[in-house]
Amino acid sequence: MTDLPSNLKSNPLLSRWLTVDEADTITIRSGKVELGQGIATAMAAIAAAELGVPVERIRVENTDTLRAPEEGWTAGSFSVEHGGAAMRFACALVRELFAEAAAARLGGSAGELSVEDGVFRRPGANEGLGYHQLRGAVDLERMAGDLPAPKLRGGTVDRPGFSRIDLRGKLTGPGFIQDMALPGMAWGRVLRPDHPKDRLATLDVAAVKARPGVIAVVVDGGFAGVVAERDDLAAAAVEFARKRATWTRTAALPPMGEANAWMEGVPKNSTTFLADEGEAAPAAFRHEADYSRPYIAHASVGPSTAVARWDGDAVEVWSHSQGIYPLRKGLAKALRVDLEKVTVRHAHGSGCYGQNGADDVALDAALLARAAGRPVMVQWSRADELSWSPFGAPMRVHLSGAVAADGTITEWAHEVWSPPHLARPGFGDGVNLLAAWHLAEPHAPSAPNDAPRPQGGGDRNSVPLYKVGKRRLTHHVLPERPLHTSAMRGLGAHCNVFAIESFLDELAAQAGIDPVEFRIRHLEDPRAIAVIRAAAAAAGWDPKDAGGEGTGRGIGFARYKNSGAYYACVATVSVEEKVRVLKVQGAVDAGAIVHRDGVLNQVEGGVVQAASWTLKEEVRWSDAGFGVRSWADYPLLSFSETPVIETVIVEDPSAPSLGAGECAAGPVAAAIANAVAHALGVRVRHMPLTHERIAAAIEAA
Amino acid sequence: MTAVPVLETRSFSVNGRDVAVTAPEDASLLAALRHDLDLKGTRVGCTEGYCGACTVLVDGRPVQSCNTPLWAAAGKAITTIEGLAQGDVLGPVQEAFLIEQAAQCGYCTNGMIMTVTGLLMQNPPATKHEIVEVLDERHICRCGAQPRILRAIDRAIAVIGGRK
Ligand code: FES
Ligand code: FES
Repeated sequence: MTDLPSNLKSNPLLSRWLTVDEADTITIRSGKVELGQGIATAMAAIAAAELGVPVERIRVENTDTLRAPEEGWTAGSFSVEHGGAAMRFACALVRELFAEAAAARLGGSAGELSVEDGVFRRPGANEGLGYHQLRGAVDLERMAGDLPAPKLRGGTVDRPGFSRIDLRGKLTGPGFIQDMALPGMAWGRVLRPDHPKDRLATLDVAAVKARPGVIAVVVDGGFAGVVAERDDLAAAAVEFARKRATWTRTAALPPMGEANAWMEGVPKNSTTFLADEGEAAPAAFRHEADYSRPYIAHASVGPSTAVARWDGDAVEVWSHSQGIYPLRKGLAKALRVDLEKVTVRHAHGSGCYGQNGADDVALDAALLARAAGRPVMVQWSRADELSWSPFGAPMRVHLSGAVAADGTITEWAHEVWSPPHLARPGFGDGVNLLAAWHLAEPHAPSAPNDAPRPQGGGDRNSVPLYKVGKRRLTHHVLPERPLHTSAMRGLGAHCNVFAIESFLDELAAQAGIDPVEFRIRHLEDPRAIAVIRAAAAAAGWDPKDAGGEGTGRGIGFARYKNSGAYYACVATVSVEEKVRVLKVQGAVDAGAIVHRDGVLNQVEGGVVQAASWTLKEEVRWSDAGFGVRSWADYPLLSFSETPVIETVIVEDPSAPSLGAGECAAGPVAAAIANAVAHALGVRVRHMPLTHERIAAAIEAA
Repeated sequence: MTAVPVLETRSFSVNGRDVAVTAPEDASLLAALRHDLDLKGTRVGCTEGYCGACTVLVDGRPVQSCNTPLWAAAGKAITTIEGLAQGDVLGPVQEAFLIEQAAQCGYCTNGMIMTVTGLLMQNPPATKHEIVEVLDERHICRCGAQPRILRAIDRAIAVIGGRK
C-alpha cells in the first residue's frame, strides 16, 4: 500500500478528484472551497504543475456532496497544507496512469516520456498524445492506495502576473450564490427578533399572508418566515410581520461591563493542560497583567444566502458554507431526513472569515422551500447578518512571569477565559444550526465544548513558542455566553498572541533589553528567528529609537497554531486623538509557495482585518438586545486609515506549503499595541485600543 | 391566493439600451437591475446605503442603487459593471483593478469600480484624495483589499490621466 496524504487516504477514488474532459480541459474537484481567499487558484496551480498542463486548461468545479472528496471544513489555514498535498498526489498518480497509456501507444516506457502542455512525447519527438486523446484508455475508477507511489514533480505554475482564475468573471458579471436563479424559484426571508433571548409568541399570519407577492407564511414553533415572488416583497412582508409579532423574553442578558467583566459571573470548565515540573530559576523581578478582546462580528459584505429545492423527500441545497459535508449532516438531522436525501452544492459567497451565517441560512432555505413547495432563495437582512451570525468569541487573558537577573524568563503562567470558539454544524452530537433550536420540535445544540488541542480554540497559540522556563497553562471554557460564538479567523490566536507579545515587551522593558533582541534570545527555531530578523530589517528597526512624542513602533510575532505559517511584523503608529497605523512591515514563512501573489494578498487582508479588529471593532449589547444592527453600529477600518503594508516572503522551497490567511492576526494586534506603548509610554491591554482607553491609560500613568 | 403588488412601469436606458421595467411601485433600482433585468454584476450588499456594493452610474454619477427608487431612475441613463467592457476590452478602471488583483472575494469590488469610474470620468476628474474620501464614506471592504484597491486607483488615474 502506498503511503498517501491524509485527505487522499480518506478519499482514495481518483475519479472524485479529477476528470479528463473531451474538450482538452481537466476538471478538478477539491473539498477545499473558494471563500474569497483564492484557494481555487492555488489548487489549479498545483494540478497544472503536477499534470504538466497549462493552467488555463484546468477547470475548478464547484464541489458538491455527490462527487467531491470529503475534506471537512475549509478552515484553519489547512487548505494548501492538507488539501493541496492530496490534490498534488492525486494528480501525480493520474499523470503516471496516462503516461503508461501514452507509452503503450507511442512505444517505449512511461518513464522516458515527457509531458508538457498536456502532451506526452518520446524524447526528441514532435508528435505526441494529449490527455484528452488518451481518456478512453485510462480508468480513473481506481483506488490511490492500490497504485505505486508516483514521482511528484513538485513546484507550481506560479510566475509573475499569474493571477486569480475567478476574478475576471466576478469583476464583469455574476459569480456569486446571490446571483443564482432556478426555474420557478421564489424568495424567502426569516423573521428573527432583536434580542437573542426572545422567542416568537404570536404572529398575525393571515395579515402577513395578504401582503403583496406573499406565497407562504411559515410558522414552526419559534421559527417564522415568508416566501414571496420577489426578494424585495419578501423583505417588506417580514418587516410588516415584525410589527405584528409578539415575543417572549426567555432570559435576560448579563451587563457587558468593561473589558468582558460579564465573564466573572458565569460558570466555567477549567483545565490546566500544561504544567512543567521542577523548580524555577531564581527571579530578579516578577510581572503580571490582564488583556482582553471583545466579541467580533464576521460582517461579510454580502448577505448570507442559500437556495434549496425539494424533490419529494430529497433536498438539494446551494451554500457558501465552509464545509459542505458537515453541513449536509447537520441539515439531515435538522430536517429529520436520511443523509442520502440531502445534497449540498458549494457556490461562491462574499468573503468568509469563519462560520458566518452561511450554514444557518441553508437550513432557513430548506425549511421555507419545503413549506412553499417551490425552490427558494433566502438572503439574510443586514441586521440579522450582524446580530444572528455566530460571533468571534470574546477573551480574557491573564499572564504572569518572572525574569532572572541576566534577562532570561524563568517562569510563565497563561490563563485564558473564553466561550467555545467552535459550534459548527457537524461538530459534536447535537444540531448546530440556528433555526433547528427554534422549531416546534426543537433540536438541541451540541454540548458547548471548545475545539480540541493541539489546534485548540480559546487556547489556540497560548503555548508560547519561546523558551520561558517553568510553564503553566490554564484554559477556562465559558459554556454560557450572552451571544452565540463560533469560528472566526485565527480563533484564540488573535488575543493570545496579542497578550503574549505585549507581555514580552513589558518584560523586555523592565529588563532593559531591546524587544527584538529579547525575543531572539528566547527562541530556538531558526525559521522564527529568520522572520523576526527580516521584519526588523524591512522596518529599519533601531534599538536606540526611544519613541515618544506620539509616534512609535512595535514588533509582534507568532507561528500560527505553533505548526503553521510564521509571521512577524513591525507596526509604525502615530497617536493623537486616536491611533493611526501608518505602516506594517512584515515577513512571512509559509513554506514552499504555491501562488506568491495569493500569499501576499492573504497576508495583506489579514493585516488590514487585524488592524480593524484591534483598533475599532466591538460587538455590544444592552438590555434591549443586539447592539449592532447596521453598518453604522460597526465601523471597520476605512480606506484612509489603511496602513502601508510591506510583506517579505521568506521562502524555504523544500518545506511543506502552509496556509497564510490567519498568521497575521495576533502579531499585528500586538505590534500595534507595542507601538502605542512605544509612542506614549503607557500601555493599553484591552482591545479595541480606543481613544477612551488610551486617555484612561495616560490618566492612570 | 397571492395578493398582487401595485405595479408601475418605468423607462430608462441601461448600458445604452432602452428598457421598460414593470415592478412593484416601491422597488429599488437595485432590484430592477438584478431581478427584472438580470444584470447581476451589480451586487446586493446591505441594501441600506452603507456598503456601496450596489453602486451604478446614473447619468454618469456614482449612485447606490439600493436606496435609489426605480421612479427616480426614469428617463435616466444607467451604467452598470456589464456596460464598462467593449467586447473583450475591459473598462480602464476595471482593468486596473484586475491588473492589481485588487480583490479577495471580489464582492465589494464592482461597486468600487463604478464609483472610481464615475469620479474619474467627471469633468474635471476627481483627485485621489477626493476618491478616497468617497470610498471612506460610501464603500466597505471586509476582506482587507484596501491596499490593492488604492494601488488600482493610482493605476487608473495614470491610465485615464486624472489628477494625482
Ligand atoms: S447594498 Fe447598497 S449600499 Fe449596501
Ligand atoms: S474583497 Fe471581499 S469585501 Fe472586499
